[in-house]
Order: sequence, then C-alpha cells, then structure tokens
Amino acid sequence: MSPDLVKFLFGRLTWDAIPFHEPILLATFAVVALGGVAVLGLLTYYKAWGYLWREWLTSVDHKKIGVMYIILAIVMLLRGFADALMMRAQQAIAFGDHAGYLPPHHYDQIFTAHGVIMIFFVAMPLVTGLMNLVVPLQIGARDVAFPFLNNFSFWMTVGGAVTVMLSLFVGEFARTGWLAYPPLSNLAYSPDVGVDYYIWALQVAGVGTTLSGINLIVTIIKMRAPGLSLMKMPVFTWTSLCTNVLIVATFPILTATLALLTADRYLYTNFFTNDFGGNPMMYVNLIWIWGHPEVYILILPAFGVFSEVVSTFCGKRLFGYSSMVYATVVITILSYLVWLHHFFTMGSGASVNSFFGITTMIISIPTGAKIFNWLFTMYRGRIRFETPMLWTVGFMVTFVIGGMTGVLLAVPPADFVLHNSLFLIAHFHNVIIGGVVFGMFAGINYWFPKAFGFKLNSFWGKVSFWCWLVGFWVAFAPLYVLGLMGVTRRLNHFEDPSLQIWFVIAAIGAVIILFGILAFLVQIIVSIRDREALRDVTGDPWGGRTLEWATSSPPPAYNFAFTPVIHQIDAWWDMKQRGYERPTSGFIPIHMPANTGAGVVLAGISTVLGFAMIWHIWWLAALSFVALIASTIVHTFNFKRDYYIPAEEVVRVEDERTQALRSLA
Amino acid sequence: MASHAQTLTAADADRFHMTEEHHPENGTLLGFWIYLMSDCLIFAVLFAAYAVLGRNYAAGPSGADLFELPVVAVNTGLLLFSSITYGFAMLSAQAGRKTPTLVWLAITGLFGAGFLTLELTEFAHLIHEGAGPQRSAFLSSFFTLVGTHGLHVTFGIIWLVTLMVQVGQRGLDEAMRRRLMCLSMFWHFLDVIWIGVFSFVYLLGALK
Repeated sequence: MSPDLVKFLFGRLTWDAIPFHEPILLATFAVVALGGVAVLGLLTYYKAWGYLWREWLTSVDHKKIGVMYIILAIVMLLRGFADALMMRAQQAIAFGDHAGYLPPHHYDQIFTAHGVIMIFFVAMPLVTGLMNLVVPLQIGARDVAFPFLNNFSFWMTVGGAVTVMLSLFVGEFARTGWLAYPPLSNLAYSPDVGVDYYIWALQVAGVGTTLSGINLIVTIIKMRAPGLSLMKMPVFTWTSLCTNVLIVATFPILTATLALLTADRYLYTNFFTNDFGGNPMMYVNLIWIWGHPEVYILILPAFGVFSEVVSTFCGKRLFGYSSMVYATVVITILSYLVWLHHFFTMGSGASVNSFFGITTMIISIPTGAKIFNWLFTMYRGRIRFETPMLWTVGFMVTFVIGGMTGVLLAVPPADFVLHNSLFLIAHFHNVIIGGVVFGMFAGINYWFPKAFGFKLNSFWGKVSFWCWLVGFWVAFAPLYVLGLMGVTRRLNHFEDPSLQIWFVIAAIGAVIILFGILAFLVQIIVSIRDREALRDVTGDPWGGRTLEWATSSPPPAYNFAFTPVIHQIDAWWDMKQRGYERPTSGFIPIHMPANTGAGVVLAGISTVLGFAMIWHIWWLAALSFVALIASTIVHTFNFKRDYYIPAEEVVRVEDERTQALRSLA
Repeated sequence: MASHAQTLTAADADRFHMTEEHHPENGTLLGFWIYLMSDCLIFAVLFAAYAVLGRNYAAGPSGADLFELPVVAVNTGLLLFSSITYGFAMLSAQAGRKTPTLVWLAITGLFGAGFLTLELTEFAHLIHEGAGPQRSAFLSSFFTLVGTHGLHVTFGIIWLVTLMVQVGQRGLDEAMRRRLMCLSMFWHFLDVIWIGVFSFVYLLGALK
C-alpha cells in the first residue's frame, strides 16, 4: 500500500504505537488479554451472553446499573492502585546513583493515569453507583426519571474507562499530571497522543456524568413517594441531591474547558498558548472552577453514607437532621467560592488570596457541624461495631486530621511554602481516602445485602478495614513529613539519601493498603461462597430506618409492590414502630420502563469516535460522528419504551416473599 | 415543586402504602430545563474566555476592523423571527392542528438555515482575509463562541426536521407535544444566547 493510503486509513496509528519494547506493559497486556479471554470463554461456555445482554448490559433497572457502576469502579481501582504501587516502589529506590526502574517518560504517565483513574473511574463510579442503587429505593420510586438515559450514562462512563485503558497498550497516556495544565499539555510540548487520550476519555465519560446528574436531580425532585417532603428525605438522598446539583453545575465547565484545549490541539487556536495572546492561567482557573466542586461531589455522598450508617448502628435517629441538611447545602454553595486556593501562587495579590483563603476556612464550619452531629448521634447510642460502623469511626478520626491540614493549606502564606509539596499530596489523600474511599466501603458493606440478599463476611471486612486504616497512615504520614521538609510532588529521582527512609516507610504503607484491597476481594469471594449462611430474608438485616429496608433483598424489579406513603423522617422505622403489616393481596399491574440496547450502541460509537480523533483517523471520525447522529435519531423513533408487569407476576413475586418470611417466623 | 409529594390526602393519613397505581409527574420538561442550564454554563465559559481574551489581538485585526454590523443585524433579525414562528408552531400544536404546526416549523427551520448561511459566509470571509481562529486569542475565542452557538442551531435544525417527520407520522399526541416543547425551549434558549453574543461580542466589539 502506498504511504499516503496507509496514513489516510490509520492516521497517526503505526506499529510503533504498540509498546513491544516495554516488558512491563507487555506482561500487563498478557495478563489482561488472558484474563479477558478467560472471562469471554467462561461466558460462552455457560451460554451466559444472552442473559448478560438482556438482564444487565441493556438493563434500565437503576439497581443493576448501580451494581455495574460499582463493578467498573472496583476493576479500575485495581488498575489505579497498581499505578500507585509502581510510584511508591520507584520513589523508594530511586536515590543517588540508582535511577529506579521507571524512566521519567513512563513515570509521568503513571502519576497522570493514577490521578485520572482514581478520580474519574473509581471515585465517580462508586459514588454514582451507590446513588443509583439507593436513591430510588429511599424515595419509594420505581426507577429513576429517565431510565434509558441512566443506562446510556453508565456506558459512556465505561467508554471513557476503556479509552484510558487502551492508552496503556496502544500509544501512551498524558505526561502532564491529572489536570493537564497548559502550556505543557498543549501542542508545543505534548504533540503526541497522550493528552488526546486524556481529553477524549474525559469528554466521553463527562457526557455520561452530566446526564446522570440531571437524571438523579429530576428523580429526587419529581419522583418522591407521597408524604416524602424535602425535610423528611433521608440524609443520603439529600447529599445525593446536592452532589448532582454540583455535577450539573460544574461538569459542563470541565467539558467546555477541555473543548478549548481540544481546539488548541486540533484547530491550532490560541486559548492557552504562550503566544498570540493565549492565556494558560485561564485554563487553570477554569479547570479548578470545576475541580474544587468535584471534590465535594465525591465527599457529600460519603457524608450521606456515614449519616445513614451512624444512625442505624447506634439505633438512634440522626442527631441534628436539619443542621445536617443545611450544612450540606452550605457546603454545596461554598464549594464554588474557593477554587483559587489551588493556585495561591499564581500571584493574584493579597486581597484575592485572602478572600479565597477565608472562604476555604469557612467550609470547615459546616463540615465540623456534621462531625459533631455524628458524634452526638453516637453519644449514648447502642453502638454495634459492624463493618460499616468501623469504616465510619475510622473516617471520623482520619478525616478530621485531613481537614485540619486542609485548613493549614488554606492560609496563603503557608501555602506558598507547601504548594505542590508532598504535604499537599498527603492532605488530599487524607481526605479522599479517609473520606470518600472509607465512605464508599462503608456504603458497599452497608447496602450489599440490599443489592444481593446476603451480607458480606464481616471477618474479611474487618481485615480489609484495618489494613486500609493502618496502611493509609503508614503510607501518608511520611509524606506530611517530607512535604514539610520541602519535597515536591511528581519527582522520580532524589539526590538526598536522608529522605529515603521516609519513602521506604510510605512504600510499606502502600503494601499494607494492597492487603486491604485483597482482603476486600477475598471478602466478596468468601461471601458469595457462604451466601446461604449469610442470607438475609427479612430485607432489613441491620435494623434499618429508611425506606430501602422496607422491601425485599434484592428488591423486585418494581422495588415496591405498592408505593409507600411517608409520614416521618426515618420512614421505615416509623412503619415498624406503628406495627406496619406488609400487604399480601390486592396487587395491580405495574408500569415499568423497558430495556434497550441503544445505550450500549451510542456509547460504543462515541468511544470509536474518540479513538479516531485521538489517532487522527479522520474518515473514521466522520463516519462514527454521522453514525452517532443517525443512531440517536433512530432511537427517537422508538416509542415503545414501557410495559406493564402483569398483576399475576407481582402476586407470584410477593407470594414468594410471603412464604420466605413465614418460614423465617 | 411537586405538591403531591408534600401534602397527604385524608385517605393517606393512617396508611403506609397506596393501593392504587402511583403516577409521579412527568419530569421531562424539568430535566430538559436543567440540561439547558448546563448548556448555558458551557456558553458561560465561552463568554468568560472571550471576556479574558477578547482584546488579545496579537497585532492582528480587532472587532472594529472586522465586524459588519448590518449583516449581523439581518442575522439577528432572522433568529428572532424564527423564535416568533416557533411560537406560532407551538400555538398550533396546542390547538391540535397538524398542518399549520408543520408549516410554522418549516418556516422556523428556514429562518434558522438562513441564519447559518449568513454566519458561515461571514466566517468564510474572515478566514479568507487572514482573520481565522488561529490568528489571535481574540479570534480564537470569537470563532469558538459564535461557532458553538451556530453548531447548536445546526443541531436544532436536525432535531426540528426529525420532529416534523414524527409529527407527520404520529400527529400531535402527548409525546410529540412534549418533544416540541423541549425543542421550543432549546430554540428560545439559543435566541437568548444570541442576544448575549450580539450585544457583548458584536456591538461592544464594533465600538472598540
């Protein structure tokens, strides 16, 4: 073939893009490929494709979509954590004459991928997954407001994750840090595909995130059961509402900012260039106007989980419900007014820095109020230290310390010293691991029995918790120390041998966290093995207080045979107190949304479009773009989007439960 | 806010579940409104970029050198009239009259296409003069802001044609009226954005 034709067909994509000369990547690829083949083989062997397609991939059931989000997050956690281990290993050995095992070119991709994956493809899917799983149940709804959109959002998130993973084996990832600051990320300094992978992965996933935000807002506003006024909503639903408001109000900013960077890279515009009037600091401002609310997008649902867990496992109503709600709303609003604290060193002057320093410190007030509310809920409660409660207590201790180092960083003069140091790295891992990750593990342990009908093994859960807690402190306390000594982030080699011991300790901490992750995987496997012993027939294994515990575990597709009527905060507790009897007759047909494969198709085409754009395969980009529009239009011609579950089917499902409950008694 | 969720009827006072099917309010219009607000934020970023970069001419031409206000005035007129004609389409749709609805939608689409033609002509002219989006940060932000609006109008027209086909097939049932309502919000929203572009970019730009 002529070179011109090859270039037309494959754009920038050549055999050089495949990392044959990188043994680490080849081995990784072999493992992934073998694992993939094994999974595909097993699916074929058990003839599970049809089941998987009908019951999961095309499902619009919010519970299944929630579970799929969480599975995606756990898979990506393994990748993101592998990156973390590689960094810790490199920094523990790369001293003096020893260059370590990772060249800068590779190391820079790893720290970028670690950040991107952990935020966008671990923390976000965990949060979105839990919200999907729990919110409709907590408000007594049959599903979300836009069930198809929910499925589509999930697959767009998967599309983004696939794009990031692809960069490992085809081409390379960005070497810019997780926010891809220009001018480094611009064409002049990053001409290859790394930043393009970054951009398209986030754009594809970002569409999904924004739509899922809109979806859940409308769900919470419009689909609450009768009687469930806003100030009776469970706190998790409240924090979900605020988080989704933040998503809708910030992800478009990320989308637009990345689009401007895309224009710079593809159309040679001058938004963030050094010459022709471009302004790189505008990117930094814009990206943090999204980025700071983003950390609250992650932490607010975790706060919601802790609120549910504390009141359940202390057997008490949550202390200060209203103050909890108002604190959440105040944090939502304040999160917009602090973005500049990420770059006090920009040189915007004393007044501007003071303003943002003060707003940042003010956020600690509502957050502190929440901590006290949880503590007062525990005060004189009958505390049961089940796994979710352990995570919660671990959070309270860890997060408070992380919050205090945050207040230190909010002081601009202190920040000038600590900016971009390992102190900062320790701080944000302190709040993200101690807050978001602990919260998500608490949530998974808490709601797993709701999703699957059996509890998770508590021994391995506790092992996992203690490894994470101890591992976190061993891994990150040294980084605080190093940061105070002035060590900056993202270095792959050090001259001063006296620093090495701290990095070795940090690496040991990372290994302890690894045991925490492995224990979590063992916990899941052991629990599936022992599922009959761990089975919960009641649907209410913890003595729960909110509505999701009123239905069976796992809930039927329609969630509640009859829509509940709510009278109080802690609706299910109220029902139990007042001798509520589950209805056993009089069932009627239930109106439900129908499954569709359109989400898989549209997200698949979007991913191909992203890939074509990354590699400058223009014909494929044009083709997939047209296909995307066409498939969307075709989908709008499908007006059969719902069906009725016949009354006999509802009777059958509910009778089964009646039998199960009777045999229990 | 949905009132049904807050006030319980007398029958609900001492029961914990409904015995009849519960129909939550349709959330499409609220959802679409929220989507529009998210889209509005994209434009907010583009406006902000223009505000920061709009005078960085890099020794190239400024707005006063480039903008031809009469053309932009015609363009603005086309778009504003298209909003009015869309309004007439909605009135016909509410009255259940299919043919007038389709006619008004077609007129709206033609106005939109006219707007796009003028805009593209202007773009081609600028690029031909060497004032393309690569020339300076001012022109980058100008082309991106105006172009993104134009792209929205383009999608609006594709959507409009799709809805015309569907109205032709199905008539004006509830689903179609809801869809027309969404596009209506979208179309008027683009008008509002254009008024911002017209005043902020063209009128102020022509002064400088």
